[in-house]
Amino acid sequence: MTTAHELAAQVRSGQISASEALEHSFAAIDARDHELHAFLYLDHDGARKAAKAVDAVVAAGGDPGPLAGVPIGIKDNLAMRGVPTTCGSKILDGWKPPYTATVVERLVAAGAVPVGKTNLDEFAMGSSTENSAFGPSRNPHDVTKVPGGSSGGSAVAVAAGFVPVALGSDTGGSIRQPAAFCGLVGYKPSYGHVSRYGLVAFSSSLDQVGPFTTTVADAALVTQVIGGHDPADSTSMPDAYEDLVAACGRGVKGLKVGLCRDLLDGADAEIVERVRLAASVLEAAGAEIVDLAIPELRLGLSAYYLIAPAEASSNLARYDGVRFGLRVEREDVAAMNVATRTAGFGPEVKRRIMLGTYALSAGYYDAYYGQAQKTRRLITNALDAAYTKVDVLLGATTPTTAFGFGDKVADPMSMYLSDLFTIPTNLAGHGAMSVPFGNSAAGMPIGVQILSPGRRDDRLFQVGAVLEAGVAK
Amino acid sequence: MSDPSPLTKQEVVHVAGLARLELSEDEVETFTAQLGSVLSHAADISSLDLEGLVPMAHPFDLENILRSDVPTASLDRDELLAAAPSVEAGRFKVGRILGEAP
Amino acid sequence: MSMAGYETIIGLEVHCELKTATKLFCGCRNQFGDEPNTNVCPVCVGLPGSLPVLNEKAVEFAIRIGLALECEVKWSNFHRKNYFYPDMPKDFQISQYDLPLNEHGRIELPDGSVVGITRAHMEEDTGKSTHLGGSGRIHGADASLIDYNRSGVPLVEIVSEPDMRSGVQARAYVAELRAILVAVGATDGRMEEGSMRVDANVSVRKPGDPFGKRCEIKNLNSLRSLQRAIEYEALRQVDCIEAGERIVQETRHWDEAAGRTGSMRSKEEANDYRYFPEPDLVPLAPSVEWIAEIRRGLPALPKARRQALVQLLGSDDQATLDLVATVVDRDLDALVVEATAAGAPAQLALTRAANELNAEGVLPSAASFAATCQLEASGALSATQAKTVLAALIEEPDADPKDLAAKLGFEQLSDDTLSTAVAEVIQANDDEWTRFAGGDDKLAQFFIGKVMAATKGKANGKAVISLLNERRAAAAS
Ligand SMILES: [Zn+2]
Repeated sequence: MTTAHELAAQVRSGQISASEALEHSFAAIDARDHELHAFLYLDHDGARKAAKAVDAVVAAGGDPGPLAGVPIGIKDNLAMRGVPTTCGSKILDGWKPPYTATVVERLVAAGAVPVGKTNLDEFAMGSSTENSAFGPSRNPHDVTKVPGGSSGGSAVAVAAGFVPVALGSDTGGSIRQPAAFCGLVGYKPSYGHVSRYGLVAFSSSLDQVGPFTTTVADAALVTQVIGGHDPADSTSMPDAYEDLVAACGRGVKGLKVGLCRDLLDGADAEIVERVRLAASVLEAAGAEIVDLAIPELRLGLSAYYLIAPAEASSNLARYDGVRFGLRVEREDVAAMNVATRTAGFGPEVKRRIMLGTYALSAGYYDAYYGQAQKTRRLITNALDAAYTKVDVLLGATTPTTAFGFGDKVADPMSMYLSDLFTIPTNLAGHGAMSVPFGNSAAGMPIGVQILSPGRRDDRLFQVGAVLEAGVAK
Repeated sequence: MSDPSPLTKQEVVHVAGLARLELSEDEVETFTAQLGSVLSHAADISSLDLEGLVPMAHPFDLENILRSDVPTASLDRDELLAAAPSVEAGRFKVGRILGEAP
Repeated sequence: MSMAGYETIIGLEVHCELKTATKLFCGCRNQFGDEPNTNVCPVCVGLPGSLPVLNEKAVEFAIRIGLALECEVKWSNFHRKNYFYPDMPKDFQISQYDLPLNEHGRIELPDGSVVGITRAHMEEDTGKSTHLGGSGRIHGADASLIDYNRSGVPLVEIVSEPDMRSGVQARAYVAELRAILVAVGATDGRMEEGSMRVDANVSVRKPGDPFGKRCEIKNLNSLRSLQRAIEYEALRQVDCIEAGERIVQETRHWDEAAGRTGSMRSKEEANDYRYFPEPDLVPLAPSVEWIAEIRRGLPALPKARRQALVQLLGSDDQATLDLVATVVDRDLDALVVEATAAGAPAQLALTRAANELNAEGVLPSAASFAATCQLEASGALSATQAKTVLAALIEEPDADPKDLAAKLGFEQLSDDTLSTAVAEVIQANDDEWTRFAGGDDKLAQFFIGKVMAATKGKANGKAVISLLNERRAAAAS
């Protein structure tokens, strides 16, 4: 399939129009999305208008930008003015925001064409899209398997060839895990690299927007467009970042790669094998491989499943039936709040709101939330210490390949455990990338995860590009 | 830090009240068990001695992010109110409010 | 009802709206009285995906307040206070909790007593509900309408120590606090418009006993209702205790018309605000340099201004202190100081400023004000005439007081004319004159009135008295 780099070049040179590229996308979606359910909403009119605008710029001899005419899927927890934004929840069914997320504005300004909103676990809480109120998405590699989550719809949209790029959000692995399950590059930028303005919050101190692409270079290109300081987000880093596109060609000679036991133990044998193979590819390309253990990473799951629900319980209080979204009318306002939230939220969202409310409530704060925040510091300190010895860490993205529908629904804890390897990065606020690295015997994609110190995401692109080239051989 | 005591059904009902959720009897059962299992997994951190570690609220140590006091445009009121479940006289309408704000 | 040997313990929480151009966390206008929901954006309506960014000017105002209240200005952060309420769009309020910007301050009241300031922290205001039916009150209303124009307006909440012991002192505290906040330019301090809101924590005890259970009183919309409510509530609590009942810690509503406090309906669940650090904001750590710069820019505060006036007057009797307090409170002290420098007698300038002028309206220039005071002091204008000239000056600030006096017909009567008028009045009121001459001084006013009438108010009262006294002395010899 055509990459974003290639397509943008073709559009800019007039080889293909943005409108033609868009119709190709719509045709592919029409052909298969009834089966895969990547999209919750297709913005036919808005997308066609955006494509025409790009074509007009090209016709006038101008430059529509680095993503000229590239159709893009937008996870349905990013606000687009006048376009339904549901977060996969009944509570927001039909809500049209009166404003647009910074990342979407930047994409459009760079010539990209948002085609529609992709499916997700309700409010990005989940690892399979089974928590979407509008039904799950299916893995294009095997439709009996989940695509991963929470950004499953975005992963499917790219893996099925509907669009070359889709945006997701990653709070505990929600980009990297579905990327691994669907055989894509999935990148979670360092916290503060990409604006969260217009990203419907799940866990504010962990959430970060990032791309799904088929190549490492495309991930760099898209991130350069959406990333950088946004004055509307107080947690957006004001400093400039390394050039990620340039980093893709830098190679890994002399780079110290930590092969981390705690990002491998517990993973399926064939996944461990692929990670070791990835290490040898890097070694062959001139990197130095160092075996190391960071046992503190194991504590991430507990810290995460207290911090994220705590923040979520507060972030999701505003769905109260007063200003937007669903309202279930009752005699008085408090009863209306209860009826609305009870009818509007699905079980996983309720579970996490309950967990978070409990963790913050009087008498439990210190034991749960306070302790989780200290554990977060402990894990970050451990990673910082590791990065005095190595430049990046290497491990598995997921313990297993894509699982079947219903496999983990009954036991939430087993679902949570599938985030074990991705969570530490979010807690530390660092960047990480999942790069596809072969398939299992059953033919399901396997992802290898690269982790870098905070704000040194350029190293992910150095390593990712080498792995991408290595697996192709 | 010692292990907090196990979650009770009464606590689940109390927390649901704080969160403005209504749980059926079955849900109270299920949630008590499920949340209990997450909390007992969290025993691995509640038993750690983390004395001296500064709680981490933010990934990076940014401080003093301020904006200048310059007005920006308001939303269009009609567009804002169009998304509201109930509206009257340019305002959001709700039913009876029992009790003053805390 | 009586206080029966109990003392009242009062601590106050004062919310004041800051006079910024925009709201605390978004660029919407901070403006009172606009059409509903016309100063709103995704942030202050709590739309999903919106994020707060802190207003620098609001921080500056909050630091000014802290410095004026002699607080330590510190590293601070914001917390979320979680509770559901329809006028609170995110269903949490961004406030400061265990690490407020300003802590450990004090206010010295005009009577010399000192009230400790626990903290002065920043937080956002809520929207406003209008209740339909049930006579506009929340109880009995069928429905409510919500306007979010006020949502997100910057507030500083000033929490006092429980250092006050009477309604009068609490009133003096709020008056002084208000004067300070207005002086530093942080707020307009209008209690009636709600830009300054006071909640009072009141308890009673026998002196030396530990603090009793306290009640929080809300809906105090004026200094007068603050004092009345506290006095009522203290008596109510004493009555309760004396009747053997327990005081229930609760929030009570002041009913101005009925002159009593009443229990507010308690909510079904106990408050558990689940405070935690606001993850969408970063800590606020004002630099030493910034704080110093703000400190340098602080104007003279009311206390210093009162002291300066007292020094100028060289008198500190209670009547003078009251006039000084009024003049500083109305922001007229600079005018008095300037007029005195321009030659007006200080005491007269103070009295006339306190009684005749209002900073809300147009003020005469210091030169004209001084000239008017001088005319009065010299006897060229009577007190009544001087007041009339001042009123005319407010209408015509550029006019020369002498010209105004002339235009008003206040030209000085010649000595002869006045003498003649006095003689005629004495002649026409023989009985009264005999009594006055016999020592009945009360009749002086009678004669002044008659002379005034005869001269159409142009006579100078002091000159009339001295003429009357001259003639009485002459008659006696
Ligand atoms: Zn606003």
